[in-house]
Amino acid sequence: MNFTIAMPEIFLLSTICLILLIDVMLREDCRMISYLLTQVALLATALLAYGAMDGDKTTGLNGMYVRDDLAGVLKISILLLTFGVFVYARKYLKDQNIWQSEFFLLGLFAVLGMLVMVSANHLLVVYLGLELLALSMYALVAFNRDDGRSSEAAMKYFVLGAVASGLLLYGISILYGLSGKLELPEVLAFVSAQNVLENIPLLFALVFIVAGIAFKFGAVPFHMWVPDVYQGAPTAVTMFLGSVPKLAALAMLLRVLAESMGTAQPGWGQLLLVFGLLSVLLGNFSAIAQFNLKRMLAYSTIAHMGFILLGALTGTTQGYSAALFYTITYAMMAAGGFAVLILLGRAGFEAETLDDLKGLNERNPWYAFMMMVFLFSMAGIPPTVGFYAKLSIIQAVMQAGYLWPAVFMVVMSVIGAYYYLRAIKMMYFDKPEENAPIKADLDFTVLISVNGVLMVLLGIFPSALMSICSAAMVASHL
Amino acid sequence: MIPLSHFLIVAALLFAISVAGMFLNRKNVLILLMCIEMMLLSVNLNFVAFSHYLGDMAGQVFVFFILTVAAAEAAIGLAILVVLFRNRRTINVEQLDSMKG
Repeated sequence: MNFTIAMPEIFLLSTICLILLIDVMLREDCRMISYLLTQVALLATALLAYGAMDGDKTTGLNGMYVRDDLAGVLKISILLLTFGVFVYARKYLKDQNIWQSEFFLLGLFAVLGMLVMVSANHLLVVYLGLELLALSMYALVAFNRDDGRSSEAAMKYFVLGAVASGLLLYGISILYGLSGKLELPEVLAFVSAQNVLENIPLLFALVFIVAGIAFKFGAVPFHMWVPDVYQGAPTAVTMFLGSVPKLAALAMLLRVLAESMGTAQPGWGQLLLVFGLLSVLLGNFSAIAQFNLKRMLAYSTIAHMGFILLGALTGTTQGYSAALFYTITYAMMAAGGFAVLILLGRAGFEAETLDDLKGLNERNPWYAFMMMVFLFSMAGIPPTVGFYAKLSIIQAVMQAGYLWPAVFMVVMSVIGAYYYLRAIKMMYFDKPEENAPIKADLDFTVLISVNGVLMVLLGIFPSALMSICSAAMVASHL
Repeated sequence: MIPLSHFLIVAALLFAISVAGMFLNRKNVLILLMCIEMMLLSVNLNFVAFSHYLGDMAGQVFVFFILTVAAAEAAIGLAILVVLFRNRRTINVEQLDSMKG
């Protein structure tokens, strides 16, 4: 059996075990070592994943695992984003007195789950990767174990997440009963031979599978967990949860729906259309009413996920690459936005509400500018990358013949711009309520600046990333 | 010989009961955990029935994996429940409403 196909995952798993062992022997004031090892492990795995990208599609481990350019792009983005998120998280964990290496270890396990999902070529592997990600996430949300809100959020996330896995599994079991196969290419062969819209049992299975995937995205009507979990979880965890796993959710959508049921697009496309439009509508309108910044960003995430679903439902290469572009850039801007929240906090104080943003420009013009770039990018205002991401999605949706959904998305983006601009107004035109100095380490400052500048650079030269995305889609025959 | 449809109906009923239990239960988080467990077991029943009917072992292997994951899931769920009870002194579903909006 050829194990080299899973080299990045095997390497990451061995390093996690090693870090676990080393961490047990370290004294409490040497936690920094496990943090550094974690970061090295992430970068080394990213290098391995990069080395494995050779342009063609290979399957291995008895056809359960696949290695292609799409997996490579997604893996590298997941690993690098996690690297950035952990740099941001270090300040928060130290400030809030929860500087434990479990955060990084659980994070690494979540990353491992995501990598497995990305490379899955078998429904069982999809499920196992998903559960590894979800179980680590439940524990991470409850990370601040003396905080009632944190554990309440974890309980809600756990119950709803388990229901979503149940729905997904029920769908998979029906699909297995119909096709007798679990390998994704064999499922494709079965689905291609069916007339999807006439085949009621197949549609029945499809509804359950799409529901499970929509839950992982946090799309309406499976969004109930998003606001509470975002608000209750420690900010560092919210940042991780709100950025990196979205890439894994997209990978699941691409592997399970686009790749193995591509010919069933008339079936799942309709479902995603409804979910996507409802998410864009509800996310944007509910965000207006929020005073808590984390909750506002949660509703804004729902709206963004609606955009990604709408891009993916087109079933075209253009739509898939637009969705991939949107997900990668959204994860970057979400991480940046939460990083500013972490920046505003200090020992014993957490920045959470819109009031904490007031007068940020007077306190520190550069950080205020960075936050403005992130918020502009989320609102989709040029020249930031958010504009191009939204534009390419809307283009793809229109070319696939969905005219009125495209118009609806534009209108909703305008409505959504209101609450982002309100936050910017508070930063620039309101008086600060407190004047505590904003302190951060050098690595944090450098990374957030790079993050903000990238938002503008990618907005001006989007083709650099876009060509990678579409090349990955073409190489994977999507 | 029991026909396949009987198994599927039982599994679907169990699945429906567990979903209904989640929505109707307003008292105790533990009951939610039981519902989750039952949901996964109904899926297992589906898999085993299909596997036997199709003469294909893959479905039964899948069941083993689901059982393992369900055990890990129950462990994490109960751990969260303990933490929740320590912080809030209650596991009543209706009182888990500190976040709104």
